[in-house]
Amino acid sequence: MPDLTKLLFGRLTLESLPFHEPILVGTFAVVALGGIALLGVITYYRLWGYLWREWFTSIDHKKIGIMYMILGFVMLLRGFSDAIMMRAQQAIAFGDNMGYLPPEHYDQIFTAHGVIMIFFVAMPMVTGLMNFVMPLQIGARDVAFPFLNNFSFWMTVAGALLVMASLFIGEFARTGWLAYPPLSDIVSSPDAGVDYYIWALQIAGVGTLLSGINLLVTIVKMRAPGMTIMKMPVFTWTALCTNVLIVAAFPVLTAVLAMLALDRYVGTNFFTTASGGNAMMYINFIWIWGHPEVYILVLPAFGIYSEVTATFCRKPLFGYASMVYATVVITVLSYLVWLHHFFTMGSGASVNSFFGITTMIISIPTGAKIFNWLFTMYRGRVEFEIPMMWTVAFMVTFVIGGMTGVLLAVPPADFSLHNSLFLVAHFHNVIIGGVLFGLFAGINYWFPKAFGFRLDRFWGKCSFWLWVIGFYFAFMPLYVMGLMGVTRRLNHFDDPSLRIWTLLAAFGAFLILLGIACTIMQFYVSFRRRVELRDVTGDPWHGRTLEWSTSSPPPPYNFAFTPRIHDHDAWWMMKKYRYERPLDGFLPIHMPHNTGTGFVLGALSFVFGFAMIWYMWLLAALSFLAILVVGITHTFNYEREYYLSADEVRRVEQSRTELLASHV
Amino acid sequence: MKAMRGLLLFIVALPLAGCQSVLMSPSGDLARQQRDLIITSTVLMLLIIVPVIVLTLAFAWHFRASNKKATYDPDWDHSTILELLIWSAPLLIIIALGAITWVSTHKLDPYRPLDQLAPGRPIPADARPLTVYVVALDWKWLFIYPEQGIATVNELAAPVDRPINFKITASTVMNSFFIPALAGQIYAMPGMETTLQAVINHPGEFEGFSANYSGLGFSGMHFAFHGMSEGGFTQWVERAKRGGGDLSREAYVKLAQPSRYEPVHTYATVAPGLYQTILTQCVDPGSRSCMSNTHPAGDAHAGDMDGMSMSSRTD
Repeated sequence: MPDLTKLLFGRLTLESLPFHEPILVGTFAVVALGGIALLGVITYYRLWGYLWREWFTSIDHKKIGIMYMILGFVMLLRGFSDAIMMRAQQAIAFGDNMGYLPPEHYDQIFTAHGVIMIFFVAMPMVTGLMNFVMPLQIGARDVAFPFLNNFSFWMTVAGALLVMASLFIGEFARTGWLAYPPLSDIVSSPDAGVDYYIWALQIAGVGTLLSGINLLVTIVKMRAPGMTIMKMPVFTWTALCTNVLIVAAFPVLTAVLAMLALDRYVGTNFFTTASGGNAMMYINFIWIWGHPEVYILVLPAFGIYSEVTATFCRKPLFGYASMVYATVVITVLSYLVWLHHFFTMGSGASVNSFFGITTMIISIPTGAKIFNWLFTMYRGRVEFEIPMMWTVAFMVTFVIGGMTGVLLAVPPADFSLHNSLFLVAHFHNVIIGGVLFGLFAGINYWFPKAFGFRLDRFWGKCSFWLWVIGFYFAFMPLYVMGLMGVTRRLNHFDDPSLRIWTLLAAFGAFLILLGIACTIMQFYVSFRRRVELRDVTGDPWHGRTLEWSTSSPPPPYNFAFTPRIHDHDAWWMMKKYRYERPLDGFLPIHMPHNTGTGFVLGALSFVFGFAMIWYMWLLAALSFLAILVVGITHTFNYEREYYLSADEVRRVEQSRTELLASHV
Repeated sequence: MKAMRGLLLFIVALPLAGCQSVLMSPSGDLARQQRDLIITSTVLMLLIIVPVIVLTLAFAWHFRASNKKATYDPDWDHSTILELLIWSAPLLIIIALGAITWVSTHKLDPYRPLDQLAPGRPIPADARPLTVYVVALDWKWLFIYPEQGIATVNELAAPVDRPINFKITASTVMNSFFIPALAGQIYAMPGMETTLQAVINHPGEFEGFSANYSGLGFSGMHFAFHGMSEGGFTQWVERAKRGGGDLSREAYVKLAQPSRYEPVHTYATVAPGLYQTILTQCVDPGSRSCMSNTHPAGDAHAGDMDGMSMSSRTD
């Protein structure tokens, strides 16, 4: 009998459920009640069929992009809960007070915070915006491989769900977000935490890699005629470079995690201390992925700022060509700097200097970009709509983060500052001040395109100021503490004089909490006022790029006729030369069918990952087999596409014509 | 208004507090030079950062849409001179900073023997560096003094103005050996040895700790580092000899068991060759990770088992 239990449940037992952790039981109760309420509402309004047909199985890049954004936002709430718990712990745990989180719990929280914020907040949001915007910007009707897009999304969701599952079943890794061995090996971390980490990232990584290939092919092959590579919008350029980075970097992550998994599951010695293994190899590999990853996140944000600055300064982007070259230079250089994450591992002075100097060189194209945005504002008409406010805040904040980054790139300075709160302040400075501000700018900028109404300005401003001021309060004290020699990942301090700084940081986190609340309020209020805020023109900001030539939201086929491109800022040029929308002569449009296969594969991958984590070998084998069967069966599905009739296209375009006429 | 005053106070307090911090007023020559480097690099970068911030705010304000007096030039998007300027200004700064980096990284290499005790004070010809073997354990620090024949847990001392030669390793997982007042940090890794050459210039008690997360007891991995006069150091060694037990292999195995917030204690004697066996993971000679077991006798690599080849150095 115990053998059967073990065969079915592996090492999962009732003791794996954290009943002894009141915080987790409380969290579970809240999540469960919220979940039941949500399911209840969906059932009450009979939305299941609608969600399944119109969203879950959709292979429309716009809907998939929106689903990525929703995933990222939901995970932001989880990642931020982790952050505020850490800030609370560090604000109270001084001297005799050990705080409310024991290290067993605290160490999971900072690991989960890093993993979630990078892999399940920033990555889905960046991918979501690229998915939604890029095909519209290049005049394409969808991405190159629409089904793959849906499949990629559900793999990302499966990874995110595994991380969420670790909250209530077993535990998450207690290793820090990059899970360095030997700490993450089977001797030091025998429980399921690191396995959750490995499988969540492997499964989500499949999605990221496939989506990278997909978007890359889309940009290379599907640009509208006339859009030569130097006429692409800057956001598309950054998307191109980011996806090149994804395709080249993520396989490294997959390989290094596979090796770590082999060490843990079958006893190989890639990274062990024994038998010729070497943990330094893991650290090199993970950062060969990890450093490009930083640019994978920030390049699209740079693209967003470029679009926003040009639009709201009512001027073309200053120095388009140098902006493009700067992006490409950053892409290449991002592969030559990984060692700066571990100058203190004992490399020689020449090796350290080489990587220190290559790192500094990246600040040259980055500096050029900042100047380009600056001179776009020069002699412009700067309109302080919400996206532009985020952009100005970014420019001021990001240069501070850039400066501390270059400081950390000087190896002897890094010997003092490495792993300190100064470092923590630095990377939050560039990731929040760079990536997150950009995402908020992008969300406010493209929201009307996605939903047909603008976001409320008042709540947007509240959110903006609370986030920006909260950021400074939360992270400037960390710079100071870093100079005081305080290292990261501590859950207790001896020195009571540090407390003022952790209190200030906690206050900053509280302001950010209010900022997030205002963002939610902004969505809610905008939805309530959607008629007032409606965008009938499709071009609410007087945009410059092609996505603004479509209706808001765009029709499923994006463009009734593929546009011809003569210059960059294509839509601006079309407006300038009084472009007339064609009103007839429509042809049937070739469209892909929705399919549930991506969802099923994602669900099976979740089951497979869960089974591997808990050593349920039977279930793992069955689910893996099922993945293969479903995948192969899908290749025999010959009814993948249909034609949208010319009449239908005419009907959709006619309704837009009426809408435009009613507005004027 | 009050809120604004508070904000202003916050902005002023930040750099002030930073200036008085341990990294900005260190007590060891290496840390002092690192401090100077941090300041030089920051000033160099502020040359470009401050104008950018000021210009951003100034342009955003001056060219706001409601300011109809501001020039509006809707098609201006290129200027060769400006473009040359915006690429070359950061380039010049980075050339300067790169040169500083190359020189200082070689000069302040933690492996390199010191060339001065402090500015203007060369190393005396008869100076003998004090060797200390450092072992990061779960979750405490073991310091072995081969010359004095003693060992201490979570307490370290050294005479002022005498070069110290740290040889650093770990028992199970990675840590980072860091005394901010003395010098920069270096990783402590199992089965490998890293080196730090440093000197303390002022007497006093300084904080040392692990700067690389190493598991549950990580937050308690602190130790006190005492800078002492020669006489004080001799007395400290004597005290350790009087009060301590014997750090045999068995005692080490017991000590190496995970423990948190380990109190300070000392050992009067140390088993011969203990540090080398810790470094090669052979304290338990039958252990799978013992490196002499990995390479059977007669293997071509067996000769690599001396301390040098255990170095993590990759140049």
